[in-house]
Amino acid sequence: MHPAPSIILFTTLSGLGYGLAAMLGLGLLDPAHIATKLAHVVALALISGGLLSSTAHLGNPQRAWRALSQWRSSWLSREGVMAIATFVPLTWSAWLAVIEGRYFWLPGLLGTAMSLLTVFCTAMIYASLKSVQAWHTRLTPTCYLLFAIAGGLMIAVFVAACSGAVDRLLPAGALAALAAAWAVKVKWRMRMRELAPLSTQESATGLGYLGSVRLFERPHMTENYLTREMGFRVGRKHAAKLWKIAVSFGAVLPTLLLLVLIVSGQGGMPGASIAGLALLAFATGLLAERWLFFAEARHAVMNYYGG
Amino acid sequence: MTSLPALPTPKKLGLVIDLDTCVGCHACVVNCKEWNTGGYGAALSDQDPYGAEVSGAWLNRVHSFEVVPDGEVVGEAGEARIVHFPKSCLHCENAPCVTVCPTGASYKRADDGIVLVEEDKCIGCGLCAWACPYGAREMDLAAGVMKKCTLCIDRIYNETLEETDRTPACVRTCPANARHFGDLGDPESEVSKLVAERGGIDLMPEQGTRPVNKYLPPRQRKPLSASAGLLPEDTSDATGLFGWLDKMLDRI
Repeated sequence: MHPAPSIILFTTLSGLGYGLAAMLGLGLLDPAHIATKLAHVVALALISGGLLSSTAHLGNPQRAWRALSQWRSSWLSREGVMAIATFVPLTWSAWLAVIEGRYFWLPGLLGTAMSLLTVFCTAMIYASLKSVQAWHTRLTPTCYLLFAIAGGLMIAVFVAACSGAVDRLLPAGALAALAAAWAVKVKWRMRMRELAPLSTQESATGLGYLGSVRLFERPHMTENYLTREMGFRVGRKHAAKLWKIAVSFGAVLPTLLLLVLIVSGQGGMPGASIAGLALLAFATGLLAERWLFFAEARHAVMNYYGG
Repeated sequence: MTSLPALPTPKKLGLVIDLDTCVGCHACVVNCKEWNTGGYGAALSDQDPYGAEVSGAWLNRVHSFEVVPDGEVVGEAGEARIVHFPKSCLHCENAPCVTVCPTGASYKRADDGIVLVEEDKCIGCGLCAWACPYGAREMDLAAGVMKKCTLCIDRIYNETLEETDRTPACVRTCPANARHFGDLGDPESEVSKLVAERGGIDLMPEQGTRPVNKYLPPRQRKPLSASAGLLPEDTSDATGLFGWLDKMLDRI
């Protein structure tokens, strides 16, 4: 599948934003500290930025409001509805923290639940497509949710360190979430690599009863919308390298840095620097992971275009 | 409303495509573009139409496949063959492109089962094209809306056209009579009989889409000698001069 930069950016940014919002909603951070106040604003900015960038790939973005109407059947519509509804508890919580410097459990917990539900809806857009076998599994939403939680906790660790708190529990939680996320991701990828294709050129043409089927000629000499959108090859060519980049930056580096943080118990500037580096590495790794998520997935339609 | 019709549609209008007779001339492709660029919805735009990288939205395309039975070599005698394969929207009963649409632009008509896009509602997100395993939907890059086969809805119900023209453009133009249009929900219709007789099949049944359009597989080949007229001619009805000549020549 073609990885539209706007969609990669959207799923990464909004995943981080909702993860952070979910953690803020749990009241793990000191609401009176300036770093926490900023974190609320950053969470809202990440979510809004992600949503805005997701409209960049639309053919007619001025009609995007219509996407709120089909929540009965469409996961994309459900995501839109949830995203907008989630702004209510999130802005309420942000107001309380930024203006009044306090935490209130009602908008907090509501915001956490709705943020995670929104991430789930995003993942289900992909997981519900039977035509893309690699995505069509429960592991897809599990990955998205765990990566959002891990990302949220890592930002929370950074914010806590900035506010001077020396806390080993939060980095330990981030480490656990990171491990869980990558464990599921590795399982997801192993499943994808071992899949027997649901559809083949034989089933796509119904000619399997005669013999093995091979594309002789495409309908047109040049590329078309379908081959550009569904037949992206650059990512697949470099898949092994991208996977290494994703794992080194997204898993190995943040794990080491979080361990340093836990062992040293550093707060303040040194702690914040370590946590910041871990976060930066994680976000880079996540971008590579998201690119692979799209680029490695094969679409059934390619059976008509020679794979 | 992008939920599928709750009940099976009373009519299931669709196409039956005969892979045995299609010669791969692409006339259906051209006539489809010709009709639909001026018909329902936005024109079917081309990008870089006179350049090296020409591309555009088409609602019907003909692929060509090579089929080789196990152990056979292409070019030697046997069953190996080229099959021309026209493909357009299959108007699935369980259309995944419809339910994923976030805006209600994609829908399946409850009365005849045609899957359509209401272009004024389409935001051009492309999710329906991702959901379709057949590649039946293509984005029009100029209009930013999704295009697909309408089964020539502006022909089949168009009473200003002659009755013979009230079929989809691809069917009307096919010189090999490889495309047939009708109600596949009616077991007594010509198309349903054709499907029953020739063992019409669904494409990718494993995707669970339940396509309405059916494909008639190529007939088994028989050796040329089986078709050659080697039987003596029947002349029992010859009379007059030729009857006499027939008898005389038989005697020689």
